Amino acid sequence: MVNSGGSFSKRCVNRWHRWQRIMSTNNISQARKLVEQLRIDAGIERTKVSKAAAEMMNYCEMHAHRDPLLVGLPTSGNPFKDQKPCIIL
Amino acid sequence: MRFSINPEMATQEVQPNETLTNLKAESDTLKTKLEDERAKLHDVELHQVAEKVDGLGQFIMKTRRTLKGHGNKVLCMDWCKDKRRIVSSSQDGKVIVWDAFTTNKEHAVTMPCTWVMACAYAPSGCAVACGGLDNKCSVYPLSLDKNENLAAKKKSVAMHTNYLSACSFTNSDMQILTSSGDGTCALWDVESGQLLQSFHGHAADVLCLDLAPSETGNTFVSGGCDKKANVWDMRSGQCIQSFETHESDINSVRYYPSGDAFASGSDDATCRLYDLRADREVAIYSKESIIFGASSVDFSLSGRLLFGGYNDYTINVWDVLKGTRVSILFGHENRVSTLRLSPDGTAFCSGSWDHTLRVRDRGYHLEPVTSATVCLILVSSSSCLSLMPVPSPFYFIRTASFITFGP
Repeated sequence: MVNSGGSFSKRCVNRWHRWQRIMSTNNISQARKLVEQLRIDAGIERTKVSKAAAEMMNYCEMHAHRDPLLVGLPTSGNPFKDQKPCIIL
Repeated sequence: MRFSINPEMATQEVQPNETLTNLKAESDTLKTKLEDERAKLHDVELHQVAEKVDGLGQFIMKTRRTLKGHGNKVLCMDWCKDKRRIVSSSQDGKVIVWDAFTTNKEHAVTMPCTWVMACAYAPSGCAVACGGLDNKCSVYPLSLDKNENLAAKKKSVAMHTNYLSACSFTNSDMQILTSSGDGTCALWDVESGQLLQSFHGHAADVLCLDLAPSETGNTFVSGGCDKKANVWDMRSGQCIQSFETHESDINSVRYYPSGDAFASGSDDATCRLYDLRADREVAIYSKESIIFGASSVDFSLSGRLLFGGYNDYTINVWDVLKGTRVSILFGHENRVSTLRLSPDGTAFCSGSWDHTLRVRDRGYHLEPVTSATVCLILVSSSSCLSLMPVPSPFYFIRTASFITFGP
């Protein structure tokens, strides 16, 4: 009886230790993934906001003249306009 | 009951914990280093740099077409590359292909599931993809024969373990990118249905995705319920950049036309602009009066305007550079769920829970005037007409209230 009790509790302890190892392995693999991701993030090249902003403004300016929602379109160029004849009031 | 602890197991216990501590310490150091680096480059705000840019004038947008036919909430829509066809999907499982010029319905399919949250037009215009609560993305080839049963030719391409939130064809009809409530994005081969690449990294449902403009390479951005926007490399499956400044679910992401930045719309009632080269958020588009979430965002062709569809039934138009609102558009009678610019930038379409889609463009247009045409007719306050002949190549702006050349 004593032996079976001892081996039963040993099995419980073994199971507990196995579970703990699995949990810490999961935690470790998660932590490893996080560190790997952070290493990638740290490695990328960054520019200053002023430079990035200037380039964005430049792009807007370059393409503004052909943006139909910004500058509008001649009626003939707008497919959604109804083509109706002129009405003189 | 006494039991002996196996000394071997004891040492095995200590080892994993030590490594975990080391990893945690390293991740903390890296995070601080990243924050310092990002702070160093934050030398100025976008709207400060944009102070010297001219402000945008008065903005009038007109609804040109209202597409009625859905029996329930419109959840998603996409334009065809021919700039006139639109596919839209709704809560009742219907997917309709419209001709936006004539407002005719060209095709209609009933999906076997409700809440079709995602739909996309193939680049060739010959097929549409859609999916939702069925956890799948199905591709329907569109035939010229209107009587043909589209459902018979349906091809199941993507399989997720939770709802499909967004889908998009890549540059060809051959591959499709999907995002799902199961927290992953995936790239599929349409012909074989094979999974080509999967993208893991979001901690919750992924709600939206957008492919980078083709000039800038094989990346895409996704936004999720974990408040993060991730930029992915499509070939390696790696998350190359991640942004976490929103305070709630990110409902929509859209690349800036140059591909160097992207905007996001979130349930925290803000839209934000993230620059990829500066690796940070560079602008927030918000107002104290806007308290409802933004469901969808899109840029105009030049990237100067950002259109945001909100859950308070309105569409706010933002000046991307200055960070100010230039217009607020009414018309929908329920929340705006989807919004997209047409391929040539002349108009944008919004879909809403009020069962309709609206196609809008600028309210006034530049009118070229030649000596051969009768020009601007002004109606003065004393009700007398005056004719003003104007030589070409003068351009006159005709406003909505002076319309005499048709609506």
